Amino acid sequence: MTATKERRVPTQELERVTIRFAGDSGDGMQLTGGQFTRTAAVFGNDISTLPDFPAEIRAPAGSLPGVSGFQISFSSADIHTPGDEPDVLVAMNPAALKTNVQDLPAGGALIVNSDAFTQQNLNKAAYASNPLTDGTLKQYTVFEIPISTLNERSLEGLDMTSKQKDLTKNFFALGIMFWLYERSMDPTIRWIDGKFKARPVIAEANTRALKAGYAFGETTEIFHTHYRVAPAKLPPGTYRNITGNEATALGFLTASKLADRPLFYGSYPITPASDILHQLSGYKSFGVKTFQAEDEIAAIGAAIGASYGGALGMTASSGPGIALKSEALGLAVMVELPLVVIDVQRAGPSTGMPTKTEQADLLQVMFGRNSDSPIPVVAPATPGECFDLAIEAVRIALKYVTPVVYLSDAFLATGAEPWKIPALSDLESIAVENWTEASTFHPYDRDPQTLARKWAVPGTPGLEHRIGGLEKADITGNVSYDPDNHHRMQILRREKVAGIAADIPPLDVFGAASGDLLILGWGSTYGAIRSAVERLQAQGRSVAHAHLRHLNPFPRNLGDVLGSYRRVLIPEVNLGQLSLLVRGRFLVDAIGYNRVRGKPFRISEIETEAERILDDIE
Amino acid sequence: MSNSTPKQPQNGANGDTPLTAQNAEIIQLSRKDFVSDQEVRWCPGCGDYSILAQTQKVMPDFGYPKEKIVFISGIGCSGRLPYYMNTYGFHTIHGRAPTLATGLKAARPDLMVWVITGDGDALSIGGNHVLHSMRRNVDLKMVMFNNRIYGLTKGQASPTSEFGKRTKSTPAGTIDTPIQPLTVALAAEASFVARSVDTHTEHLQQTLNRAGYHKGSAFIEVLQNCNIFNDGAWRDFTDREVRDDRMLVLEHGKPMIFGKDRNKGIRLRGLCPEVVQLGENGVTESDLLVHDEQADEPYLALVLSRMFWPEFPVPVGVFRAVPRPTHDELIVQQLAAAVASGGEGNLETLLRSGETWTVS
Repeated sequence: MTATKERRVPTQELERVTIRFAGDSGDGMQLTGGQFTRTAAVFGNDISTLPDFPAEIRAPAGSLPGVSGFQISFSSADIHTPGDEPDVLVAMNPAALKTNVQDLPAGGALIVNSDAFTQQNLNKAAYASNPLTDGTLKQYTVFEIPISTLNERSLEGLDMTSKQKDLTKNFFALGIMFWLYERSMDPTIRWIDGKFKARPVIAEANTRALKAGYAFGETTEIFHTHYRVAPAKLPPGTYRNITGNEATALGFLTASKLADRPLFYGSYPITPASDILHQLSGYKSFGVKTFQAEDEIAAIGAAIGASYGGALGMTASSGPGIALKSEALGLAVMVELPLVVIDVQRAGPSTGMPTKTEQADLLQVMFGRNSDSPIPVVAPATPGECFDLAIEAVRIALKYVTPVVYLSDAFLATGAEPWKIPALSDLESIAVENWTEASTFHPYDRDPQTLARKWAVPGTPGLEHRIGGLEKADITGNVSYDPDNHHRMQILRREKVAGIAADIPPLDVFGAASGDLLILGWGSTYGAIRSAVERLQAQGRSVAHAHLRHLNPFPRNLGDVLGSYRRVLIPEVNLGQLSLLVRGRFLVDAIGYNRVRGKPFRISEIETEAERILDDIE
Repeated sequence: MSNSTPKQPQNGANGDTPLTAQNAEIIQLSRKDFVSDQEVRWCPGCGDYSILAQTQKVMPDFGYPKEKIVFISGIGCSGRLPYYMNTYGFHTIHGRAPTLATGLKAARPDLMVWVITGDGDALSIGGNHVLHSMRRNVDLKMVMFNNRIYGLTKGQASPTSEFGKRTKSTPAGTIDTPIQPLTVALAAEASFVARSVDTHTEHLQQTLNRAGYHKGSAFIEVLQNCNIFNDGAWRDFTDREVRDDRMLVLEHGKPMIFGKDRNKGIRLRGLCPEVVQLGENGVTESDLLVHDEQADEPYLALVLSRMFWPEFPVPVGVFRAVPRPTHDELIVQQLAAAVASGGEGNLETLLRSGETWTVS
């Protein structure tokens, strides 16, 4: 855009920048972060994001619990995490400053909305004195900008209340950041036009606010440099920006097409899984049937009912809801029907911290049912990978006629990254036929290879039969209390799931096939572990990384991999759940690294812990 | 409501004339076709035997081939019924049968789905699902065996046990007020609500027949005797010698007359029903309530659902039968509307939607 006073500002090339937007939960920080993310992604940077918001929809304005943050890291190189610490912190009020400034390293840039630093807001944030004037921020490069006033001025003449005008100030802040990082405003303006089509005044206000922020950066002399982060050298292909929940919904829709089975999705609203329901409920033209149930149990019950009828039955929840579904999940194990259960994990126990991440439901989904009740478990490692693992979950469920748990978490669900859109023609069909042959039918007769039982759906003539939660006789499926039969059936159920190990890829190791230290991870810790291992390998340390996507059964070579290193470190955002499984199964003295702060690991945490172990060996 | 002229029953029958399927000439099945090869294992003398027999008898009425019929049950003595029906069957978990039926019917609108449940299964552990399957008008026929006791767990109080009832778990008498299942079903917007008795075999067949032909949620309470843990639960008004005087057989469009001598009736006084003697104090047939199972609002059905022995004769028959779009129909309509407005979904396009960029 051409401003009235053009000035020459030098540009500095950077490889990677991490920005954190922080403000009141009513300030639109998620939206601001989301728009910056889209813009950076479309520009071609590699990106990784961490939205961090309170569970309260609108905590008291200006209060500490009401602070909402969004961190984005964008880079010209391949990155795996949203960054350990921000280079730039945008704080829209004193509370946002107070809860976030400790993460900003000395010398970091701090952009504050000085208008918000009123005595009242300082009181709400429990500041005894104004940090803008008392010298406590002297280690940072502080840019005090009266964003509210400047923004309101730019909206003069629009038919809006001052309160409505104030709601657009996040776009002013976004405009400043776009100027600072040489970003085009076009994607955001297009988004505003689409979003507020019906309300042209609001569209005009947001656009003006954005442009005014940009012009402010350009014309005032407060910023002496702007920064360029070149596009990343990603593998060739067409990309889009995607969050884990989006990729999950697209993955399961795609799986239903690959399986040629209509998707039935029963769900009860729960953070952070609800967005999957919202998204799938928009896929009616694909034949997707969504069902908002009266509770978690009804959601899984309906999904099992749909599977029984031959559809691809699915349900989703987070930890507390999975607990409610447990009995029905046991029924699915007993009747051996395909079913996918998504668990978008969050911090617990009980209600815990609903919007914060954790990976502490692994043992719940493995063992949280009565009796021995084996269920395959898969877990994506990145937002984009949610798509692939969704298809894998459905493949296993249909081929082995079994419930499958898909473990995501709040970090994956809401975090975003560039995603290379797959060509549908590259994806393999996962279609499975139902049994129709009456002369050879017994409901608990099994495929000798997969041990999957013969799955016949209602409506098939001559195959009328009864299933249920009572133990069934092997082959005939009649109710059975025979002691030996029960023992045999328990073993068969176990062997069926264990046998899937022969049908999944062996565990891949990043680094040398043997050495001093293996870091073994699962789920959303992938980025932090991989980045730490890359740094350590660059320093010549003997470290490798292996990341599990299949948690039950484990890949068949896991024992060999574990045995090829002198030490094994298992970082988890729980108190040692995979560690317990690995120790129990392989008698390996794995070292746990466990932090449950509701946040993903930092790279430096893993790096430091790995160095400690390596130094100990040497 | 009592004096309005009732509309004709939706199925062209009024409860005393069994319906026959339009395609009955194509699929000729008999009771035997619906008997499975499993040995029935209820206690000798249990009311469940009769319910099973009447269910098997009416199944051929509907013209569905047996592979298109599914029986889904919860836990309790009633839960065993699917094993004895030579159809598809699913014996699920306690209280959750309506949820499986909801999913099955949503996925497979072509199937006829029956839910078999009991007073504990439907009204205690599964109460929430009864409520919601009814309000959604899921096209299922829910047959609730009410014996006012937990039988399979050997005799504890149930949500329909009378106040003060002494059971193994309530030696000093239950302090919980019982609920009327039909009042609950009506409050939950069930579009078909009926009651019958295990031993009144003909009436039970007629009632099941009507339910089977109803499109939408049907709730049928069957008063059933548990001769081991609660013998004679309903005998005071269901026994042959007393039933005519102590029960009221509802017939659509007919005045509510009962009694061996057909000389007693039900009149409305304010909002409350009362028993009157025809011919006494100038009471004539025109003073009596006229049954209307199709009333727009369920006021009359709610009044009837509160009437019980010994204050009143116990009403049996169809309390309510109204047409309403079913859950599966509405789902299919929304899918069709989405396709009609934007065409069938294209996955390739969807994956590439939003802002994309190409790296070469």
